[in-house]
Amino acid sequence: MSAPTRTVVTVSTGDPGTAANIAADVRAGRRTAVDVLAQHFARIDAHEGDVHAFNLVLRQQAGEQAATVDAAVAAGIDPGPLAGIPVALKDNLCTRGIETTCSSRILEGWKPPYSATVVQRLAAAGAVAVGKTNLDEFAMGSSTENSAFGPTRNPHDHTKVPGGSSGGSAAAVAAGFASIALGSDTGGSIRQPASLCGIVGMKPTYGLVSRYGLVAYASSLDQIGPFAHTVEDAALLLENIAGHDPADSTSIDAPPPSLVAAVRRGRADGVPGLRVGIVEELSGEGMSSDVLARLDVAVDRLRTAGATVGHVSVESTKLCLSAYYLIAPAEASSNLSRYDGVRYGLRVSQGAANVEEMMANTRAAGFGAEVKRRIMLGTYALSAGYYDAYYGQAQKVRTLIIEDFRRAYQQFDVLITPTSPTTAFSFGDKTADPFTMYLTDVCTIPSNLAGDPAISVPCGVGDDGMPIGVQLLGPALSEAVLLGAAAVIEKGN
Amino acid sequence: MALKNGWELVVGLEVHCELATNTKIFCSCANQFGDEPNTNICPVCLGLPGSLPVLNHMAVEFAMRIGSALHCRVEPSIFHRKNYFYPDMPKDYQVSQNDEPINVDGYLELPDGFRVGIERAHMEEDTGKTQHMGSSGRIHGANYSLVDYNRAGVPLVEIVSRPDIRTAEQAKAYVAELRSILVATGASNGKMEEGSLRVDANVSVRQPGHEYGTRCEIKNLNSLRSLTRAIEYEANRQIDLREAGERIVQETRHWNEEDGRTSSMRSKEEAMDYRYFPEPDLVPIAPSAEWVAAVRDALPLMPADRRRLLSEATGGELAPGSDPIVTIVDQGLDALVLGAVAHGGDGRRAVNRVANEVVTAEQGARLNIAGFAALLVMEAQAKLTSTQAKAVLVEMMETQASDPAAIATARGFQAMDSGVAETLVDELIAAHPAEFERLRAGDTKVAGFFVGAAMKASGGKADGKLVTGLLRQRAGL
Repeated sequence: MSAPTRTVVTVSTGDPGTAANIAADVRAGRRTAVDVLAQHFARIDAHEGDVHAFNLVLRQQAGEQAATVDAAVAAGIDPGPLAGIPVALKDNLCTRGIETTCSSRILEGWKPPYSATVVQRLAAAGAVAVGKTNLDEFAMGSSTENSAFGPTRNPHDHTKVPGGSSGGSAAAVAAGFASIALGSDTGGSIRQPASLCGIVGMKPTYGLVSRYGLVAYASSLDQIGPFAHTVEDAALLLENIAGHDPADSTSIDAPPPSLVAAVRRGRADGVPGLRVGIVEELSGEGMSSDVLARLDVAVDRLRTAGATVGHVSVESTKLCLSAYYLIAPAEASSNLSRYDGVRYGLRVSQGAANVEEMMANTRAAGFGAEVKRRIMLGTYALSAGYYDAYYGQAQKVRTLIIEDFRRAYQQFDVLITPTSPTTAFSFGDKTADPFTMYLTDVCTIPSNLAGDPAISVPCGVGDDGMPIGVQLLGPALSEAVLLGAAAVIEKGN
Repeated sequence: MALKNGWELVVGLEVHCELATNTKIFCSCANQFGDEPNTNICPVCLGLPGSLPVLNHMAVEFAMRIGSALHCRVEPSIFHRKNYFYPDMPKDYQVSQNDEPINVDGYLELPDGFRVGIERAHMEEDTGKTQHMGSSGRIHGANYSLVDYNRAGVPLVEIVSRPDIRTAEQAKAYVAELRSILVATGASNGKMEEGSLRVDANVSVRQPGHEYGTRCEIKNLNSLRSLTRAIEYEANRQIDLREAGERIVQETRHWNEEDGRTSSMRSKEEAMDYRYFPEPDLVPIAPSAEWVAAVRDALPLMPADRRRLLSEATGGELAPGSDPIVTIVDQGLDALVLGAVAHGGDGRRAVNRVANEVVTAEQGARLNIAGFAALLVMEAQAKLTSTQAKAVLVEMMETQASDPAAIATARGFQAMDSGVAETLVDELIAAHPAEFERLRAGDTKVAGFFVGAAMKASGGKADGKLVTGLLRQRAGL
């Protein structure tokens, strides 16, 4: 049997249309949520076997949610701004009573007794959750090859990775299995797969979206964000999950921003006077030529729409990778301690003479190689006698990065870089040497360390015909500006 | 108790105090001792994946109260994660404070005036409770273990003293005083038997003037009795080793109540590396100067202040650390004494009556303060003898009556006229010439015989002091 090699949808030209279209139609009674869902399930039925975007498809629950939305409309009740939009959820977001695995053997079968804040907000806004998507185990990776349940394939070319760690969510949207999706981004895990799968992905300002119910990888870097076909859909989704949550102490205590309006403004009026800085350190060495060519195209579109463009050096970006690979594993080593076989998830007690051995056996059997590597790295970085040289030093670098970006934002409103140094790579290309894999996140990691927002927006294809995204970065809470500028780049596609 | 051969004991104490908040430190589960196991739990205190902590405002306020009461500086602080694997710790790390604690650098004053330095008093979360089912009752050798997470996430303040304590009795006095302070602040119920107060002791010995010796940390001290026994045992163990020319190994030791010994749990080499790092899920605590001041100003008087006030009420006749004053403050009866003084009662007399006759808070609650003061005045004016005054006081507490004069009248108590007393004394001298001669010769013990006889003859109405005075006058003493 020869498998198809391509399963991508283009929403602008046919059914089911953008998420904004779906919600508008469903709210107005022009289409039913059940019909919209059926279209997406038809695509899942046809192509999920090739793509493997999901760890779990919520067939029954999604059907019930869609029916509830339709019943509300029939009763004259507005189901909410995301009415009937099929949404995919990264499988590190807790869903009450529904298996949440983080694509790890150690959590296989675990059903959380509660739902993440974002999951609750989606349901309250009328969205329909279609499934839990595959990821690199505990969100550690850049290709989804680190999933314990097998990799996800890039819908544009099934021999290529979708990126990661939110590869399942990116692929689900690109393949038309869901209209929009949620991912989490610790070092690029939304933006890089969005770029590789040819869709929009955004990492919001740290604290804009509640992390309550997101299974932690690196708490000071993790942030939930949207995947969508269009910038407007990403804005719509972000608008509905953002906003203060008393259950997350790091959540920003401010009302959610108005983002869809900013996208429409950008599309209609361009970006007159917007100061755009091309980051020198991330727009030359290490980036493939086709990626740089598309970066130039994006810059031209912004310039044409009224932006002034200059170059800026942000020297500390060179230190980001090193700092990230100390801070993230250090926090991970602590966050992942709780998977010890005592309370939930996997327990391997066979051959264990005491509780310590049971814990060790469980963790040895339950975690994959990359997770173990990062736990060891982080444990080492926090150890007595090494803390100052590693974790302490990395935190100082982080402060440096924040200050560097602050300086850059005195001159520029937004910065622009490629999202990924290359287009999607083939399976196995970078698994032999972890460091080559880590390098794929060189452009995305800085905004996680700085806590600032960044968006990846598609801007054509490379020499191999695979999608290329460009990344816009801005200071804290500049989501509206970034989305407006992204809309300009998108408009040229 | 002094140690043998001139050795000096050096002790520092770490006291874990559970805060009396309604809810846990990072979630809204009830903070309640003794409930059915695993009923006061939620995703947060169970450390379920994805859950996040939110700091309990009241826990911070209680910690600040404790710090203020211990004369600490209340400072901006942050939480750290203390990482180690243990089944009763849901996240396999404890959220605690490390190098930036909320309270630093204070002291605790013992009743005798000795000050024990307080290094810090920091906040942290409690762990669950493991019950090891098997012969040993400890984790090794257990057949299986049961874990109750009701206690996981209960707010704690750990109070770390400086190594200023020099005797086991002083250690005991420190914990007793600390307990009173904690209860006075309202931050803790102080119940050692429920584990609300848990003590670890760092014990070492040295020859006076020498550097501190290597210390051992003693755990599992569940009562004041365990504390003093363990310290004394441990000190002697260390002295024996030192005198035999052996070195003390820095280690954590377990106190075994049954056999009265400490035994090694783990040495410094085996000590865990806790890999402390700042807790990224919580934001720094930065109490405003106004909040700190408001907490300090709202504190009730601490035991040491109350003892000082009582001492002043006796005109300094009784020291703040004297037994009657310590007893009265322990029982919370100082308001009774001070109230009586405010109503014209004599302070010294009030202290004695309360310490000796009232004794307990329950008794004190039955006593009308103005009535008590009136009784003291009657006694001072010699309208009642000491014996009569005690009898009236007892009846006042039994019946909650407020008028001592009415009781005295009903009982036929009245002051014996001094003329009647003189006549009585002269009659007794005449009746017992031999005894009187002995008194004149300086045998003052015989005075007791005469007082007793006077009491008997007067049916208890004679004033012992007056009789003694008259006798001494007659005897020319």
